[in-house]
Amino acid sequence: MSELTRMTAAELAAKIHTGEVSSVEVTRAHLDRIAAIDETVHAFLHVDTEGALAAAQRVDDDVAAGRPVASPLAGVPLALKDVFATEGIPTTCGSRILENWIPPYSSTVARRLRDAGVVVLGKTNMDEFAMGSSTENSAFGVTHNPWDLDRIPGGSGGGSSASLAAFEAPLAIGTDTGGSIRQPASVTGTVGVKPTYGGVSRYGLVAFSSSLDQGGPCARTVLDAALLHEVIGGHDPLDSTSIDAPVPPVVAAAREGAGGDLRGMRVGVVREFTGEWYQGGVLAAFDLAVEALRGLGAEVVEVSCPHFDYALPAYYLIAPSECSSNLARFDAMRYGLRVGDENGHSAEQVMALTREAGFGAEVKRRVMVGTYALSSGYYDAYYGQAQKVRTLISQDFERAFADVDVLVSPTTPTTAFRIGERVDDPVAMYRADLCTIPANLAGTPAMSVPAGLSDDDGLPVGLQVMAPALQEQRMYRVAAAYEFARDAAWGGPLINRVPELEVAAR
Amino acid sequence: MTVSTADVLDYDEVLERFDPVLGLEVHVELSTNTKMFCGCPTAFGAEPNTQVCPVCLGLPGALPVVNGVAVESAIRIGLALGCDIADWCRFARKNYFYPDMPKNFQTSQYDEPIAFNGSLDLELADGTVVEVGIERAHMEEDTGKSLHVGGATGRIHGAEHSLLDYNRAGVPLIEIVTKPITGTGARAPEVARAYVTALRDLLRALDVSDVRMDQGSLRCDANVSLMPKGTTVFGTRTETKNVNSLRSVERAVRYEMTRQAAVLVGGGEILQETRHFDESTGGTSAGRRKETSEDYRYFPEPDLVPIAPSAEWVEKLRATLPEMPWQRRKRIQADWQLSDLELRDLVNAGAVDLVAATADAGATPGEARAWWVNYLSQEANTRGVELGELPITPAQVARVAALVAEGRLTNKLAREVVDGVLAGEGEPDAVVAARGLEVVSDDSALYAAVDEALAAQPDVADKIRGGKVQAAGAIVGAVMKATKGQADAKRVRELILERCQ
Repeated sequence: MSELTRMTAAELAAKIHTGEVSSVEVTRAHLDRIAAIDETVHAFLHVDTEGALAAAQRVDDDVAAGRPVASPLAGVPLALKDVFATEGIPTTCGSRILENWIPPYSSTVARRLRDAGVVVLGKTNMDEFAMGSSTENSAFGVTHNPWDLDRIPGGSGGGSSASLAAFEAPLAIGTDTGGSIRQPASVTGTVGVKPTYGGVSRYGLVAFSSSLDQGGPCARTVLDAALLHEVIGGHDPLDSTSIDAPVPPVVAAAREGAGGDLRGMRVGVVREFTGEWYQGGVLAAFDLAVEALRGLGAEVVEVSCPHFDYALPAYYLIAPSECSSNLARFDAMRYGLRVGDENGHSAEQVMALTREAGFGAEVKRRVMVGTYALSSGYYDAYYGQAQKVRTLISQDFERAFADVDVLVSPTTPTTAFRIGERVDDPVAMYRADLCTIPANLAGTPAMSVPAGLSDDDGLPVGLQVMAPALQEQRMYRVAAAYEFARDAAWGGPLINRVPELEVAAR
Repeated sequence: MTVSTADVLDYDEVLERFDPVLGLEVHVELSTNTKMFCGCPTAFGAEPNTQVCPVCLGLPGALPVVNGVAVESAIRIGLALGCDIADWCRFARKNYFYPDMPKNFQTSQYDEPIAFNGSLDLELADGTVVEVGIERAHMEEDTGKSLHVGGATGRIHGAEHSLLDYNRAGVPLIEIVTKPITGTGARAPEVARAYVTALRDLLRALDVSDVRMDQGSLRCDANVSLMPKGTTVFGTRTETKNVNSLRSVERAVRYEMTRQAAVLVGGGEILQETRHFDESTGGTSAGRRKETSEDYRYFPEPDLVPIAPSAEWVEKLRATLPEMPWQRRKRIQADWQLSDLELRDLVNAGAVDLVAATADAGATPGEARAWWVNYLSQEANTRGVELGELPITPAQVARVAALVAEGRLTNKLAREVVDGVLAGEGEPDAVVAARGLEVVSDDSALYAAVDEALAAQPDVADKIRGGKVQAAGAIVGAVMKATKGQADAKRVRELILERCQ
């Protein structure tokens, strides 16, 4: 494996911008790595070799000509979740119904990456339409966790998290509706950030649940995530729910935090995030992480968010309701799969046959649940009640943040589970998002940073850090400080403990 | 479809037994430059699928952004209808599958309309004023258009295949819904027509829409139900669509009243359904059956933020409201010194704006009124179109009036010029030139014609010379005949008398 693939995005950017290495070399190293191991990991659905090399060449041309580079991440490769529309490049959302769909336009995130000179290597695997916690719901095969190929890489953004852990890319983009950035980060020992709702444009992000979906950065270090956050964040007039305010100073916060000083910070431990569903090794690692925060000078207190217990059921009414409407457009009329367009079938029959063939079981389950929850006579009892719970959860956050600067919890109750282990038990699968969902319902930012390995199975555990809306700098500072302390305690970056995959590939 | 007499009840009998209840839903396409939620143009009649983008095609990932001008128009319409303007409201998704709807939900408003609780006064042909309550006016987007190929009627039933044009998808619509209109009895059809007319005039004055029923920029769905006389519980209603002219509104309501009455009298039940108006027969036929009231699974549109018009903004928009049609009528009556009856004739002919525009273009109000209310109204009746749809403009009528005033046309010639314009022969001056219609005002030519006529009828000439001036009529006739009517008869008479002194 080329050393270039082991470096952080910040290190690569520095070398590229000073001309020490070219972006084309860096990009080729990552493309080679993908060629060597992705058959084993299956993080990518589509690799855009030509486009990546062309983008890299443009950055190299800038450097050679002495022009200022487009952004602090210009020339650095990235893996893009296949839920963002990319003009001229297939965008499937992990679904048969969009197999071979090539968008005629680009998402704002894809445009900002291109404008920043970031090199998009390809599109990563995901649970179909971002519905799932294991990437097993992809229509195009499962993705394997580089820590243990028999285990899931999390979901829905398992392709993005696996690509980071497998050193196929130093940066990735995910989307987080109920935890789809943070839970995959947790189980692959990588960093994943869900920004404040409205912090990153949703234009061109194929909607699962519009009021919850949020794109965000994924990386192997807190600083890299912050650098990417500043590239993709900020107001977009094409997204009405985009916040018209500056991106919080997350890079500065990550650099400040790396100094390892959290004196003056009040950290709240959410009392509700423990219990029978939590793995012993996860809770032990979490306790150690809290101790580490104390050691960095933070004041740690316990806080209660009593309505968080209702977050999961509320989420499983709101998200399916919105998805039942958002996914109605996949009807074979204008794009995507078309089934049964012969034998004199009516348009209505073609729609039904296409949706039957094009959607997987989990998507159908949620469309059915959502259709039911929105039906007249049930709306108030389900969707209406869930919205009230949502308000209560926001109020829990407000009360907590009146007392503390950030909240912490395990990111997900367990380490990576085995492929196939939960496919027949949807509720067990849903519990992977127990700790992450409240931040989606409240629209507040949250991130996962690796918190060591579980002492019972040796797999990565995630520490979730949550902050008030538009106060991302707080969580970046805490996460960066913790990262510093953790690496000191473990004698180097955790990610270096990922097994050598070349061996496994043979 | 044929309408057999057994299917309908005699109108008078309907009214003896039942009271009609109306509810009118009018959809207005706003004449904004761009669509409701994207930057695509809205021009009517473009090549199919040329005015589309990821947003209005409902491509995966595309998001809507509200057109601020459309919101302004909605508020102005609400204010003109005397409505309250919501200080906070949201869009909602109306979910149903149909190929001409790109997202398979329509972004509309549900229980939080931007304007609600207003009224509109209508004046019927005899001057009776009826106040119609306005339930709400809300914003939404139009659908695309389906073209069904191969069926006999252009409807989906029996079609071989369908083509879809999404140019119209996303065009801003305002839906204006009345409260139930009761107590109109025999005049229900007339009230329906008068309502749509009054609304059209209002929207035209606001300059927010083309209000062309023939092009679909103003569409009326007529809800009709009957309740037995003496009761107050509304009957089951039907919703008649495809009502594409003012006359059709009236006919459709009248037909539904007679059809429903026949069903009820025959012991049947009215089905709650959509019915389709047939222009050629004047009847309605069953369309989509609404067995259970359709469940659109409305919920607040999460892709858009709420609209919260500030009181200052609303007041600013109120200040932009133009003179309302009823205010304008009052002013015109005073300015032109019209009797109530004369004004009503003007209004009933739909001629107020046309006459005013003609007067603005230089004609006297009297001349303008005479042209539109007398001559052109007849022409419109003959053609079965609205006065404003005749292919002649107020400026052209004013030009003809000016030619008469200058003595270059007689009234008879002027009518020929107007006929020429209506026949598409061009501007009035071009018609005069092409048809050679100008009055012979050259006295030397007239002297020659007069002398010739006097010479041809020496006995008549003698009588005139003898003081029998009334005998001149015969000579005038001869001169007019010789000049093919292009002479000014008054001038001819003067010349005859001069020659016979």
